[in-house]
Amino acid sequence: MDPVYYIYLATILFSIGAVGVLVRRNAIIVFMSVELMLNAANLVFVAFARMNGNLDGQTVAFFVMVVAAAEVVVGLAIIVQVFRTRQSASIDEPNLLKY
Amino acid sequence: MTVMPAEGLFSLMWLLIALPLAGAAILLFTGRRSNSWGPYLGVLSVCASAVLGVLLLIEMMGLPTEERAITQVVYQWVFVGDFTVDLAFQLDQLSMVFILLITIVGSLIHIYSLGYMSHDPDKRKFFGYLNLFVAAMLLLVMANNYLLLYVGWEGVGLASYLLIGFWQHKRTAAAAAKKAFIINRIGDVGLSLAIMLMFVTFGSVTFSDVFGSATQASEGTLTAIGLLLLLAAAGKSAQFPLQAWLLDAMEGPTPVSALIHAATMVTAGVYLIARSNVIYNNAEWAAMAVIVVALITIFMGAIIGSAKDDIKKALAGSTMSQIGYMMLAVGLGPIGYVFAIFHLVTHGVFKAGLFLGAGSVMHGMDDNVNMRRYGALRSVMVITFITFMAGYLAIIGIPPFSGFWSKDEIIHAAFERGWFIGGAAVLAAGITGFYMTRMVAMTFFGKKRWESDVHPHESSAVMTIPLIILGLGSTFLGMALLFWGDIKSWLEPVVGYESEPTPLPTTAYIGITLIVVIAGALIGWISYARREVPVDAPSGNWLTRAARRDLYGDAVNHALVVAPTNYAARALVWCDARAIDGFVNGSAAVVGGLSGRLRRTQSGFIRSYALSMVGGAVLVLLALLLVRI
Repeated sequence: MDPVYYIYLATILFSIGAVGVLVRRNAIIVFMSVELMLNAANLVFVAFARMNGNLDGQTVAFFVMVVAAAEVVVGLAIIVQVFRTRQSASIDEPNLLKY
Repeated sequence: MTVMPAEGLFSLMWLLIALPLAGAAILLFTGRRSNSWGPYLGVLSVCASAVLGVLLLIEMMGLPTEERAITQVVYQWVFVGDFTVDLAFQLDQLSMVFILLITIVGSLIHIYSLGYMSHDPDKRKFFGYLNLFVAAMLLLVMANNYLLLYVGWEGVGLASYLLIGFWQHKRTAAAAAKKAFIINRIGDVGLSLAIMLMFVTFGSVTFSDVFGSATQASEGTLTAIGLLLLLAAAGKSAQFPLQAWLLDAMEGPTPVSALIHAATMVTAGVYLIARSNVIYNNAEWAAMAVIVVALITIFMGAIIGSAKDDIKKALAGSTMSQIGYMMLAVGLGPIGYVFAIFHLVTHGVFKAGLFLGAGSVMHGMDDNVNMRRYGALRSVMVITFITFMAGYLAIIGIPPFSGFWSKDEIIHAAFERGWFIGGAAVLAAGITGFYMTRMVAMTFFGKKRWESDVHPHESSAVMTIPLIILGLGSTFLGMALLFWGDIKSWLEPVVGYESEPTPLPTTAYIGITLIVVIAGALIGWISYARREVPVDAPSGNWLTRAARRDLYGDAVNHALVVAPTNYAARALVWCDARAIDGFVNGSAAVVGGLSGRLRRTQSGFIRSYALSMVGGAVLVLLALLLVRI
């Protein structure tokens, strides 16, 4: 199968993730959308590694996974803390840091 | 003229300046603690300088004529490449005369001040300033280069400023001090430009280098230097057109008027020109300008002196006029230099005596300076009266008093140049006779016109003894210098001396001068001693009214300088407020307004930030694509 279809798929996934981040208010969903975008990027890395015939892209994909896992830990902790203080997981609620 | 290094007693010449300078430093830095003993220290330091000056004179008289110019280098002051200026003193016949005048008259005035200022709460400051003045004036006349002379020149200006404004709680005194300082600055600019021009032309500013190579410079350059030096001299010596400050300077204590504004500092301009005689000898037009300035000032001073009712201002007008005579003599060239210095010395003595006498009168009259309130003081203040009369006869030039010999020589030299200049000098001598007689008649003769609560009395001995010494000087100094001291051949090696034939014999000029002077004195006597002097000044004719307003000197300065400066300042303020501030404030307002709107984008909504990130990323991608294509 032509690896370029993976690129198309990754593009679609990334777009879904980006739109999800932009339109959804629930922090958890936004978080999931971010994960979706990261994984779309991973898919592109792996696809390019395949197309170019070396392992650089796959290595980077592993790095992305590790960083994403760490990021999930931090991000979820923040979301839980925000929820505890505000009784809400809406991402529009904490908007005190502004002009 | 060869210059010899200082040896023996001459190696102490730096002490002449150091002593009063140390006195000034001690008095000014110890503060109020020295109020009790400070004045005596101030007197002592100047007297010590005077004693040293006399010893140096005796030592110098023992030397052959060509070895009398002695120089002492204290240290190298400025060294830039080939250009060096030393802190070096030059003691020659000319500076010797000045040193003796400054230190001896200075000592007498210091002693007099012990009495005059005895009740002043800040007397140690007064004596400190006087010491500072003496040190600066000695530096001025002992410098061996123009740059060091400039230091002394500024120093005396500073001391003059401090002393005119000594009673600075009086608004008029503070204003007079500022006026004197500012008008002097104009002259100082002339001196500094002259020094720069000398440096450019000759590559050096020492007297010996400048005068040695002066003949090689073009006449235009020498004329420029001469005119700039004349500007400096006019500022310091209160000559037209920078004369306006001297009359106001009388706001200072009377000993200051006597020392600085009559005897010494105001003659610095004459010294400067006499010292630079080589330049003026080679620049005919500059010398002519000196004569013109001198003649104008002689008459201005005399006319102002004839109209003032304030005894000190009348004396100040006469000082202007007499310094005009000295300037006239230096403008005449080698036929006059010697007599300018001669008149300077005799004038320094008799004018100091007159001022101190006026101070003694004021002291007895509760500091009233209005001569219309004096009258009939001759029997109350006998010593003051007699010494004042000695000064009076000296200044109007009655033989054998000292002013006769010196002024007569100047008038004779003026006739050697031409009948017009000589005639003007004689006429001004007549006016001198008039205004001095007026002053004496209003003060010592006539009826009592005292305020009811005034009880005039003779001053204490500490004030009358200097008066007596100066009175004796006014009487005998002229003869002593001319016949015993032989001042002509004494000064000739420094300033040169020539004599030109005149159409009439010398006695004829003496006779003419004496007739004119006595005529002037008689007019003064008839108008002010034989007739009743009204206590309130009559309105007078137009000339009197003009003279009372200093011949509109202040009005002219105001119209030509002060008012245009004010307008220019206002225009600049407008430019600054509108154009410059407008631009700066406007750009700040634009940036502030823009940022006020831009910060609204910081809404705090995370999703809007995310949107802008996505938008940015899309823009970057589009840009990359576009570049690819």
